[in-house]
Amino acid sequence: MIIEAGHYALVLALALSIVQASVPIYGYWRRQSVLMDMAQSTALMQFVMIALAFAALTYAHIVSDFSLRNVVENSHSTKPMIYKISGVWGNHEGSMLLWVLILSLFGAMLAVFSRQMTQSLKSLTLSIQAWISAAFLLFILITSNPFERIGMPPMEGQDLNPILQDPGLAIHPPLLYLGYVGFSVTFSFAAAALISGRIDPAWARFVRPWTLLAWIFLTLGIAMGSYWAYYTLGWGGFWFWDPVENASLMPWLAGTGLLHSAVVMEKRDALKIWTIFLAILAFSLSLLGTFLVRSGVLTSVHAFASDPERGVFILLILVFFIGGSLTLFAFRASKLRQGGLFAPISREGALILNNLLLTTSCATVFVGTLYPLFLEALTGEKISVGPPFFNLTFVPIFIPIFFLMPIGQLLAWKRGDLLAAAQRMTAALVIAIGFGLGLAAWHGEPALAALGAALAGYLILGSFVDIFGRIFVSKASAAQVWARASGLPLSAWGTAFAHAGVGLSLLGLAATGWGVEKIVSVRLGDTMDLGPWRLALTKIEPRPNSNFDALVAQIQILDGNTAVAQIEPARRLFKTRAMTTSEAGIATLRMGQVYVTIAEQNADQSLDMRLYWKPYVSLIWLGGLVMALGGFLCLADRRLRIGLGKRAATKIKAHSDPDPQSMAAAQ
Amino acid sequence: MKRLILPVFSLLTLILLAFSTPVISPALAVEPSEILADPKLEARARDLSAQLRCLVCQNQSIDDSQAPLAKDLRLIVRERLMAGDDDAAIMSFLVQRYGDFVLLKPPFKIGTLLLWLTPFALLLLGALGLWRLALSRAQITPVQSEALTETEEAELAAMLARPKGQLGQKDG
Repeated sequence: MIIEAGHYALVLALALSIVQASVPIYGYWRRQSVLMDMAQSTALMQFVMIALAFAALTYAHIVSDFSLRNVVENSHSTKPMIYKISGVWGNHEGSMLLWVLILSLFGAMLAVFSRQMTQSLKSLTLSIQAWISAAFLLFILITSNPFERIGMPPMEGQDLNPILQDPGLAIHPPLLYLGYVGFSVTFSFAAAALISGRIDPAWARFVRPWTLLAWIFLTLGIAMGSYWAYYTLGWGGFWFWDPVENASLMPWLAGTGLLHSAVVMEKRDALKIWTIFLAILAFSLSLLGTFLVRSGVLTSVHAFASDPERGVFILLILVFFIGGSLTLFAFRASKLRQGGLFAPISREGALILNNLLLTTSCATVFVGTLYPLFLEALTGEKISVGPPFFNLTFVPIFIPIFFLMPIGQLLAWKRGDLLAAAQRMTAALVIAIGFGLGLAAWHGEPALAALGAALAGYLILGSFVDIFGRIFVSKASAAQVWARASGLPLSAWGTAFAHAGVGLSLLGLAATGWGVEKIVSVRLGDTMDLGPWRLALTKIEPRPNSNFDALVAQIQILDGNTAVAQIEPARRLFKTRAMTTSEAGIATLRMGQVYVTIAEQNADQSLDMRLYWKPYVSLIWLGGLVMALGGFLCLADRRLRIGLGKRAATKIKAHSDPDPQSMAAAQ
Repeated sequence: MKRLILPVFSLLTLILLAFSTPVISPALAVEPSEILADPKLEARARDLSAQLRCLVCQNQSIDDSQAPLAKDLRLIVRERLMAGDDDAAIMSFLVQRYGDFVLLKPPFKIGTLLLWLTPFALLLLGALGLWRLALSRAQITPVQSEALTETEEAELAAMLARPKGQLGQKDG
């Protein structure tokens, strides 16, 4: 019964989304505000319905209802509860349901938190949002229905893929989808603006918090995914330039560009066409990512052909939304009036350069990811595009961004002074070079690592030069400094932290050059040297578990003769699927990590191991967190500022009696 | 198989890796027994391995892969190194056997011209476009100091009459 209710709720959500997609637009056309207002209530109801459907599927997984095909294929009664719940989206159907759940969540949020928007912009945006959800709800109901029953329910399920039985599954996909789908809001805003033809700084102001929100989650999602791959895959890599990774990197690059160009539009009324284009691009790339992963086209062109239904459906959605929005763009973009004159060397100029580099690097990832597919489809020739390609193309295009980031922050709007900015950077540059040299003296070769570390140091320090200059004026007391620091807008802090986060990640990346790797065969009681540490194998033991059997190696990490940590790398044999997975043993010490994976025990009782010492490696992901923190600070600032108009108005009312005309203008 | 293709980024890799690995997984990627006695040769072997694709895996180098085929390829690389071949000879030997697909860095040839040139061509075109834009903007700039029109004056007056906070957002 619960299952049927959930199924029914999903169909109702589709009906609601069709209403939401058509009625408000008709209302806009006919200037009927009652019809336009329907967008809000339908958006809220749609979210409630999809949430009900999602809850029903979750319930089926929790109680192991094996009359559902989806549960049979992805669950098992002995599976731990956390994986029964996260297993809901650990499969195709469930993950698509999560996708539309988040889509409708954004729609509902848009309906609730947009009181200041004009009615036409709001209803048009919600309407476009409903077009997207209608398309994906149709996709789910027609090709990937999670509520499909089977005639003869089996006693037991086939279990979730062991690799997915990891806490990462509970966090990573929701974060990533919040990012992907978050860009649907900016997309809808862009389409609504193109339809209505009204694009002004106020539009950019409404769009920015949504872009920020999507960007924050995408950043966290990518960082989390990278760390998950790092500790699961077992050879300590964290970024593989895999098509599925690239699919998430592309919207991130476009979204980062959008974040910056929207600032120019908001403050200076310039870059309108470009901002709209990026808003379309960011979500288009999210859709492309969904298509690439969902259709199976990445595994091989043949996998796509063997199950064309789903792939073709998503491809149609892709063509409809990207093609439609770009057509709209082509017709409307020329009508936009450009404002805001500025000199090439200015904050605007720096942000434009940032956009050029970000979009070019995004295009590089795009070409590198899709080229093998095109070449094979056209000529049948198979090539591989791997990390060496991206190191030669993406990296050199991206590095200038690191140099520019701190300088751009120091340039004034309209007309900046490059020389003055460079002078203010001198101290940061000198300290950074000293930092790089110090690390080189300590860790030695390779020189590239020291160079990268110096660049990272410059970036981290440089991100705070602007704030530093605004807080520390000569002869200021501590109290004054504190007052100045807390008086700065949160977005200034946000920018500094987000940029410094990039620097932290870069430092972690650079330091991989100083890593130590050993491949050894070890017996019980042996000790091995690894970088500054000594590792001792103290125990090898089998450990049975509810749904897998593990072989665990216990390793003590010694600093000199004192034990500082203990790790337990393991191999797990999952009974239901007869699959083995490797669990790395990881200890974080001094921001670096000792990382050990083991193989099966050899016949002579020795154990083959791969040992790594990765200095400062945790900074890579810590940097991601700091970037997201910066985003949150900017977001917090936005909310304050959006409320500012209202508070100022009430204050004036209390003090004087303003003429009604200016009050009307204020509202 | 197809139902296992997962939404999660990089998991495709993981799953294919898992399926290309036999039930009782043999070992780590590079096994202790494979390692050459000469550290210089071994370093070269690792370097070459990182540039060669494990043909049955999804986007993995043979240095990272646990698949039996990757092990075979690693052994071939090491055999050729022991025989005294230079890096280029080993690479071309493998390309002859497995085609360009084995190279993680695609070769520069007619078929891959667009692949290698697009990024830099775009950067160049974009930079040129911006340069021209900057030049045309520079010519327009003097016009900026014209007097306001009547409607603009009226707009300005209306704006100035508004309470603070509606306009003039603080610099972020």
